[in-house]
Amino acid sequence: MPPEAPLLEARGVTRAFGAQRALRGVDLRLDAGDAVAVAGPNGAGKTTLLRILAGLMRPTAGEVHLADGRTPRDPAARRRVGLLSHQSFLYDDLTARENLRFTGRLYGLPDAAARTERALEEAGLAARADDPVRQLSRGMLQRVAIARALLHDPAILLLDEPFTGLDVPSAARLRGLLADQRAAGRGLVIVTHHLAEAWGFATHVAVLVRGRWARIGPRPDSLEAFLAGYQELVDA
Amino acid sequence: MPEAVRSALAIAGKDLRLEFRTRTALLSAFVFAVLTLLVFNFSRDQSLISTADLAPSALWITVAFGAVVAMNRAFIIEREQGAFDALLLAPVPRGAIYWGKFLANLAFVGLVEALTLPLFVLFFNVPLGRALPGLLATLVLATIGFVAVGTILSAMVVRTRFAELMLPVLILPFMVPPLIGAVQVTARLLGGRPLTEVLGWLRLLVTYDVVFVTLCTLAFTAVVDE
Repeated sequence: MPPEAPLLEARGVTRAFGAQRALRGVDLRLDAGDAVAVAGPNGAGKTTLLRILAGLMRPTAGEVHLADGRTPRDPAARRRVGLLSHQSFLYDDLTARENLRFTGRLYGLPDAAARTERALEEAGLAARADDPVRQLSRGMLQRVAIARALLHDPAILLLDEPFTGLDVPSAARLRGLLADQRAAGRGLVIVTHHLAEAWGFATHVAVLVRGRWARIGPRPDSLEAFLAGYQELVDA
Repeated sequence: MPEAVRSALAIAGKDLRLEFRTRTALLSAFVFAVLTLLVFNFSRDQSLISTADLAPSALWITVAFGAVVAMNRAFIIEREQGAFDALLLAPVPRGAIYWGKFLANLAFVGLVEALTLPLFVLFFNVPLGRALPGLLATLVLATIGFVAVGTILSAMVVRTRFAELMLPVLILPFMVPPLIGAVQVTARLLGGRPLTEVLGWLRLLVTYDVVFVTLCTLAFTAVVDE
């Protein structure tokens, strides 16, 4: 990765839950235009890592800071981070449009209404915009959740299993969207069990095992060759 | 408008919209208040306990428990789909989140009180007359105090397994001072005593409000941050 001005840098991040250590000294540098695909077995600490990078959780040891030295817990820094979680972060009894407008107001977007309409169009949900999100299918809900995470145009995108529940055209559309985001200079961290989905636009591939990087580096040329060696990395 | 104020109003507006769409907490709190007033009214022996003796306590017990039912929902709606994390991720001061929830709770509890008061007059046949302005001021002051505490406590208990049960247990001790003050003021006002006689109690309510609204605003960050 290039040496100067990372969008986000984590150094020695460790997180313990009682006696259980979920992360053990994880380092990560995310530069503009980087897309790091993070794989790993269940319980490896991937979601904990994303929550710490987003500022939702404090590391037990180590530090995370953004380009200007602020931590992600700083209110001004939070504007630069977008998180897509396992949970949708949406209110079931509000419509898709109301959920997005509320997010726009929270982020102080001057054009919240226009951005909401644009996001609904891009998500292919304009026709269902006034339905409560509890009436949407799993895939549609995921599309609204993705639109919510991107609404404020964050420089850093943290995505936990973004392809979950999406049908083939929606997954293809998301891959295109994320490739565009990367090309526009955003930094992406994508946690996924399905590396093939992120392979096309990832610049780096990392494997987290028992709270440590088993591998982190530029994306290899061959997905098949990487997957062939994946289990060896996990078992090492 | 400062950003923190705008964020607090956005959160309060969202909570009100959600509540008026589902009416879960309001309806529960109102039914609870009606039942409480009914029980108080029909379970007493009127020859032993006069209306004047029972009415102030009945009003405030009804209001207090109705408020707990209404406030319980404040953060439970954020727990569904992890929406509370989305609030914490947003670039708004934690104090603005507290004030948004506080304002929404004030509106809920105020509405429950507005619906309860006419029923109280009906059931207990108390002539409010000159006592009404003083009683309304007491309702406002006491409500601000225990809603301030209830809002932060509901944020504290929302991540526990039995949040709905924990809030009443934790909040009742904090409700005692404003409830004592409110009952004392109400008894005197309904007894036709002048407002000047209850100024000391009203000062106590104001002091409680200032102290707890300030403390809760400052402490909210520590409560919600991991």
